[in-house]
Amino acid sequence: MSDVLLSVRDLVVEFPKRKTLLTALDGVSFDIHRGEILGVVGESGAGKSLTGAAIIGLLEQPGRIASGEIWLEDQRIDQLPYEKMRQLRGKRIAMIFQDPLTSLNPIFTIAEQLVETIRTHLPLNAKQARERAIQLLDEVGIPAAAKRVDDYPHQFSGGMRQRVVIALALAGEPELIIADEPTTALDVSVQAQIIDVLKRMCADHGAAVMLVTHDMGVIAEACDRVAVMYAGRVAEIGQVRQIVKQPQHPYTQGLMGSIPSLAHQRHRLIQIPGSMPRLDAIPTGCAFNPRCTSVGERCYKERPDLLVTNQGEVACWLFDQGGVA
Amino acid sequence: MIAMLVRRIIQAVLVMLVVAFISFSLFQFVGDPINNMVGQEATQQDRAELRERLGLNDPIPVQFMRFVGNAVQGEFGISYRMARPVSEVIAERLPATLELALVSGVLAITLGIVLGVYTALRRDGWFSHFIMSSSLIGVSLPTFLIGILLIYIFSVELQWLPSFGRGDTVPITDNWSTGLLTVSGWQSLILPAITLGLFQLTLLMRLVRAEMLEVLRTDYIKFARARGIRQRSINFHHALKNTLLPVITIAGLQLGSIIAFAIITETVFQWPGVGLLFINAIRFVDIPFMSAYLLLIALVFVVINLVVDLLYFVVDPRLRVTKSSSSR
Ligand SMILES: Nc1ncnc2c1ncn2[C@@H]1O[C@H](COP(=O)(O)OP(=O)(O)O)[C@@H](O)[C@H]1O
Ligand SMILES: [Mg+2]
Repeated sequence: MSDVLLSVRDLVVEFPKRKTLLTALDGVSFDIHRGEILGVVGESGAGKSLTGAAIIGLLEQPGRIASGEIWLEDQRIDQLPYEKMRQLRGKRIAMIFQDPLTSLNPIFTIAEQLVETIRTHLPLNAKQARERAIQLLDEVGIPAAAKRVDDYPHQFSGGMRQRVVIALALAGEPELIIADEPTTALDVSVQAQIIDVLKRMCADHGAAVMLVTHDMGVIAEACDRVAVMYAGRVAEIGQVRQIVKQPQHPYTQGLMGSIPSLAHQRHRLIQIPGSMPRLDAIPTGCAFNPRCTSVGERCYKERPDLLVTNQGEVACWLFDQGGVA
Repeated sequence: MIAMLVRRIIQAVLVMLVVAFISFSLFQFVGDPINNMVGQEATQQDRAELRERLGLNDPIPVQFMRFVGNAVQGEFGISYRMARPVSEVIAERLPATLELALVSGVLAITLGIVLGVYTALRRDGWFSHFIMSSSLIGVSLPTFLIGILLIYIFSVELQWLPSFGRGDTVPITDNWSTGLLTVSGWQSLILPAITLGLFQLTLLMRLVRAEMLEVLRTDYIKFARARGIRQRSINFHHALKNTLLPVITIAGLQLGSIIAFAIITETVFQWPGVGLLFINAIRFVDIPFMSAYLLLIALVFVVINLVVDLLYFVVDPRLRVTKSSSSR
């Protein structure tokens, strides 16, 4: 992969609560290259959605970026004023949410929603925008797009609605799409199709994807690289082939352990003994130490940063010269 | 759509029949009306004549049928108290009540929506906090107290506005004279309209605010933000429209309540509307008038409900569309 499109550096996201300060993301770093699909996996609560929200500047109150930087090419975007960031959303970075049934405004037609999005970002008149809307719907595989464009969201099935959502996300020709579990809420029978549509659309339009998913099958089939998150940190990041064949971090090994063949079947993340710590009870040292099978003394004292290995990056003392002892 | 309309109309008719039966029953339960109508010196024969003339000797089902038949034609008999046709009296007084209700309804709905939206969008501003706290007063103070308070401040102390009556009126049709075309008419209208509308205004405002905050948290608003839709469009196009949808029902019912609750305001301000007449009618056990008033209020509610239902079909595409061609 060549040039870096998005670079997240030591991102820390906090939630000030009445008594305490919850650190939900603690030093997250990764890059997304132009046109690639980066998978993001991790147990529920690992901070995947928050990472996406922080990148697109839509953290919910009282959440805030406490430190770290987010760069889109050579522009720093984590401190942009609202209006500057708004112009960027949809135009350079877009986001797709889990549930297509609730992602579309129920009282506007698909055409109205698409045309408004298109005209917000592109210098087209109403007629041209409508043509482009129909074309986008056609591309995502809505049959009779020219006719369906004037329908309301409730007239489409779940799978069709997620196609509409993909069309909407791509309406401003963004360079990056953050897809937060885009198929979790869908019928199993259409999940693979939607991932296909997303993959094809982004390839055609030259958009990179940050694909958050629980589905290791999707990771193996659709992604170029994958980042594994645990308790608000990145545990490991690398090429999909490497991580699937030779996971390095004990946590990733646990995730991959139960998957005999990644070829065609869907796979859920397996349950590693124990559970992820709550935000107010993250152990010192490596956050994974209570559940780790290779744990050593050092893991309780020092927190491992991402270490570059010949297979990628991994946050584990096993791969440091000093070892875990 | 047509089926739904027919069903609704049948429901409405049934409701009206039930109310008609209740108001008809009033005649049976309250003492002999003749006593209230004739003086002490009336002879037994006078009484019998009057009883016969008013149809009080017929069997009850016959009386009810006649009551409904008459009511449909706007005939509610002769007022015991005023010895004039009830319909005539009501027609004479109705414009005053409707004008008052209309003005306070418009006031409550527009201000309720505007302030509700404002306080939702500027949740932490001092003005929002001020409005929200003062709205608590609006909900908790009884109407008559607000009226008296307003009279005390603006009529007694400041002497800016009249404390009773309707001011000058000008006839616009045979039986409609309006106070909306004269200065003194408007001056007289201000205080009663505020009194009558304040409760509904605050209720509506709090409802709109809560609903708007709810809508602003939905996924489709989040997704709209993620697409870079302009803030103004998100607030006033995407969110507001969804907010107002459920508000339609409440606003409709409130309009009904405003007409019904006009009784109190009309009494406080001696506003010459039907509500004031109703209070007097109760005092004199003027059954024909009371039953007509009951039917009138019921009719107002039923009609408003019908209009609200139809309005939903116009504004909510989820109800309107039936073809639903869904495919994967
Ligand atoms: N508004 C909030 N207030 C407090 N904690 C939050 C809030 N939103 C998210 N979190 C916490 O941040 C962590 C990461 O959440 P999230 O990014 O949604 O996880 P996931 O990886 O499942 O998408 C979770 O532990 C969650 O409890
Ligand atoms: Mg999530």
